[in-house]
Amino acid sequence: MTPTLGHYLAVSGLLFIIGLAGVILRRNIIIIFMCLELMLNAANLSLVAFSRFNVNVAGLPNYNGQVLVFFVITVAAAEVAVGLAIIVALFRAKQTIHVEDLNSLKF
Amino acid sequence: MSAATVPWIILFAPLVSTTLILFFGKYSRKLSAGLAIGAALLSSALSWWLFFQPGEVGPNQVFWINIPDIFTVPIGMTVDPLSRTMLVVVNTIAPLVFIYSIGYMAHEEGYWRYFAGLALFLFSMLGIVLADNFVMMFIFWELVGVSSYILIGHYYGKASAADACKQAFIVNRIGDFGFMLGILMLWFATGSVVFGEIFAKVPLLETQGLYFTIACILVFCGTIGKSAQLPLHVWLPNSMEGPTPVSSLLHAATMVAAGVYMLARVFPLLIAAPIARDVIAWVGALTCLAAGLMATQQNDIKRILAYSTISQLGYMVLGAGVAPVPDVPMFHLFTHAFFKCLLFLCAGSVIVALHHEQDIWHMGGLSRKTPVTFACLIVGTLALAGCPGFSGYFSKDLIIAWAVVEKPFLGWIAVATAGLTAFYMFRLLSVVFLGTPRSDHAEHARESPAVMVIPLILLAIPAFGAGYGPVEKMFFHVEEPEHVPELLHYVLLAMFVVAGGLALFLYRNPAKDPVVIPLFANRLYIDDAYNWLVKNVQDALAMLSGWVDRWVVDLFVVQIPARFTWACGYILRFLQLGNIQAYAFFFGAGVVGLIYLLLA
Amino acid sequence: MQLALFWVFALLMLVFGAAVVFLRSPVSSALSLVVSLVFMAALFVTLDAFFIGVVQVLVYAGAVMVLFLFIIMLLDLRVERPRRLNIGAWTGGGLVVFGFVGLLGKVLSSELGFDMEKPPVSTQISDASAVGLMLFRYFNLPFQIIGVLLLVATVGVVVLSKKELK
Repeated sequence: MTPTLGHYLAVSGLLFIIGLAGVILRRNIIIIFMCLELMLNAANLSLVAFSRFNVNVAGLPNYNGQVLVFFVITVAAAEVAVGLAIIVALFRAKQTIHVEDLNSLKF
Repeated sequence: MSAATVPWIILFAPLVSTTLILFFGKYSRKLSAGLAIGAALLSSALSWWLFFQPGEVGPNQVFWINIPDIFTVPIGMTVDPLSRTMLVVVNTIAPLVFIYSIGYMAHEEGYWRYFAGLALFLFSMLGIVLADNFVMMFIFWELVGVSSYILIGHYYGKASAADACKQAFIVNRIGDFGFMLGILMLWFATGSVVFGEIFAKVPLLETQGLYFTIACILVFCGTIGKSAQLPLHVWLPNSMEGPTPVSSLLHAATMVAAGVYMLARVFPLLIAAPIARDVIAWVGALTCLAAGLMATQQNDIKRILAYSTISQLGYMVLGAGVAPVPDVPMFHLFTHAFFKCLLFLCAGSVIVALHHEQDIWHMGGLSRKTPVTFACLIVGTLALAGCPGFSGYFSKDLIIAWAVVEKPFLGWIAVATAGLTAFYMFRLLSVVFLGTPRSDHAEHARESPAVMVIPLILLAIPAFGAGYGPVEKMFFHVEEPEHVPELLHYVLLAMFVVAGGLALFLYRNPAKDPVVIPLFANRLYIDDAYNWLVKNVQDALAMLSGWVDRWVVDLFVVQIPARFTWACGYILRFLQLGNIQAYAFFFGAGVVGLIYLLLA
Repeated sequence: MQLALFWVFALLMLVFGAAVVFLRSPVSSALSLVVSLVFMAALFVTLDAFFIGVVQVLVYAGAVMVLFLFIIMLLDLRVERPRRLNIGAWTGGGLVVFGFVGLLGKVLSSELGFDMEKPPVSTQISDASAVGLMLFRYFNLPFQIIGVLLLVATVGVVVLSKKELK
């Protein structure tokens, strides 16, 4: 018995849920950012799984999924760079990393 | 040129000259006058030519609005004996008045604007005469009102002139509203606005008695407004603020006669609505009497003549109400146009000679200073007062005869007014021309220049002779009433002599008016009544409108939506929590919800 | 054998993912994330996506997480003091989590073919060259744009990190 598509998707979904729970529950903005990365990875796993299980007549998997994963990883890297730069700037201005203290846009 | 195109040239020549004067007139006074007079002379020559053309000039229409079976309005010319006669009247007087204007307006400003207005007026008046359907007549009716507004308000810097032209237009508008309702009622009943087609359906209309009567009375409202009948007469005396040639052409001879012309045009309708004719006759007679009474106490030379015009128009309207053919009132319109125009031009000559003095109590003794004017004024006065042998005698006495035969009460009112006419005209003659001069200007008056005097002499000829048999037969087919009391002619003659003599005696050389009757001097207080009405009713309506605007429109359309939007915004503001995790929660919840919906 | 390996990698990945969420020290969370990403790369390899697995380790675990650790050290973050319980967040979080779990279960148990086994693949082309071919032949424009994106990100980070000149 080999893992089915359902197994991979279930794992991906659970990882996504863990990441989402982290975003909502933790109050440290760096940790929240890391949970975002978890969510992105869950999506990547889904993509690769679909790519592998979608085999055409020539016996080759559909590589579109993997190309998209490539792009997602690149963009995630760029996003992390910029996001952390913003967090550093925010820390310099407010001297805090707790999201509860970042409420200037409250009505 | 064929007889079918001639009416179009007659109609549009003055319009072309107006346009040219508008563009080029301000550069040359001579050009403005020349263009206007040229157009008037051209129309005049063609009108006379057309008059003598034998035979019918066939239907001559261009379709303007054409929605078949629903609404068709042609622009067409109707050339029948009635319109030919009226064309001759209008186009004979107009060139003479235009030429006279050169002298009258020689030292006034706004020369080109004046002639442009006159040419526009001529175009509009010819449109009314030649119209073959109600809508076209109504359009030109309004155009005549516009040109009257422009011309009365010629001295627009003066407050009284500005008010007068506004009043003329607004009061006319009230009459025109009734006119329009009448046209709409007739169109609704017959499906057409063309005169010929409506007349063909008269038997059908007669069956709907009340509706038809009301329609005729509403159409008559147009005449009440335009021809200054009671109660809408108030604008005509005030229209004397315009230059005197304007008063003579518009407000004596032609424009105010348009109302009577319209009654003559729709005569086949009136014949079939006897109650409407009764109303018309009563309005005419009462106007006649009231205006005559008011004229006896006026002190401005032009206002006396203005009230006289209203009174004579009352005669014409009375004639339309009692005579069996339209030629009877049209005959009086014909003679009245000539002698009233003559009287106004004489008044203008006097005013110019006295450097624009208009109060008769500052005149006097002008018979020696301005003899030609005096002679022409005598001719006009005798014609107006109904002296035997002059034109007015034939036409006015015909109307009075018909009135006495058909509606005796109104007829004897008309007889009494004839006496009043003689009285106030001889009062005017005596105060202005006889006796001794009462002011410096009167001392040093001299006769007016030839360009003004020649038209006077030319008008005096028809004022004298236009009533005689051969002339009358050429233009009209009048019918004499039967069973006229013999007494009538003698009574009229006696009234003429007695009233004239009384006036000459009372006013032989007074320093001021020996007879003072405040009721007539204040014009029966009708003007004051209108002022009160306009002020109070207007204010009440304005307050009501203001209330509605503030509490209904503003509240429901402006305030409530505005407050509601603000409230919604205020409530939605609480979604801005500023907490990142709350936003993330909303995100997640939204995604969960969406997927749930997709799966369900 | 495959199934056992799959379960090992999957469970460890999930455990360390949960550790990211629940550990108090930021450095511990970062290191847990690194381990989780490595196990994710292992899962990629079980799916015959060798190139992507290597890229994951190199870029994600190697570069991105190192950046995270640098920032943690820069900001000198210590262990968080426990703050009072945020009822709103826990309720909301609980709702969303259970909602998701429910939906996940519903989808995966429906008759959509999620129980298919891995189909056989030919090994004529290595997946690195296959991905490369796809990337440069059909996705060339997005590839170039990604390059520009990285440039923009670099410039943006430099600008954002500048200190205000006093």
